[in-house]
Amino acid sequence: MRFSEIKSHLSKFRVGIAGAGGLGSNCAVALARSGVGTLVIADFDVIEETNLNRQYYFADQIGVNKTVALKENIARIDPGITVIAHQEKLDRINIIEIFSGCNIIVEAFDSSVMKEMLIETVQVSMPGIPVIVGSGMAGWGKTNDLRYRKIDNTLYVCGDEFSEVSDNLPPLAPRVAIVANMQANVVIELLMHNI
Amino acid sequence: MKILLNNRVEEFMEESMSVSEMLLQKKFSFKMRIIKINSLLIAKEKYDTTIIHDGDNVQMLYLMSGG
Repeated sequence: MRFSEIKSHLSKFRVGIAGAGGLGSNCAVALARSGVGTLVIADFDVIEETNLNRQYYFADQIGVNKTVALKENIARIDPGITVIAHQEKLDRINIIEIFSGCNIIVEAFDSSVMKEMLIETVQVSMPGIPVIVGSGMAGWGKTNDLRYRKIDNTLYVCGDEFSEVSDNLPPLAPRVAIVANMQANVVIELLMHNI
Repeated sequence: MKILLNNRVEEFMEESMSVSEMLLQKKFSFKMRIIKINSLLIAKEKYDTTIIHDGDNVQMLYLMSGG
């Protein structure tokens, strides 16, 4: 299949991205470049200098809200992609409203508590919507430990499910972006399934 | 009973057991996790009262901070 046909098919879909940090920003850019028509991106945070080691932002965007900056960056890549940016902290209530109508939701949080909250909310309150989780990507190397696992038709996980961030094991661009792009790859695989 | 735990067959002496008992017996102490039994998500508050039976498909996912 030609890329123009793939892009035309993917343009019909809406994907939610919960969090616009290392996972969310890189995943959103991969989905935009592939032609996913609408991206709903939610994050309350602003860009800090320490984010630039792995997140898809630039030095002149420090202090800007992440979803605003990401919308700007995606418009520079492909102005034809619709980005709906929500500058909000996600919780069990607003997740359902913000991501309603999304075909798939990407879990792209930093904290494990937020990951758990998002997964529980979508699995219980939005049945049938697949969630693509990122779990375990701190540090460097160990490339072959990064993997993808289908739990069932609505839950997929990318990462090594082991490496947690700490002061001595920070998240770095390569492993975070690998997992973010694995998540994007799962999204595209699901959206291309019935063509 | 025999169950499928993360796609591997696991045998237990008991005929059935709660999720909490299974976690204790397997020494799964890491708290940030998602558990699904036969594709149904089990809330943390229900680990004591949800019973795992022979033939169940138990999936466990560890949630690591970082992203």
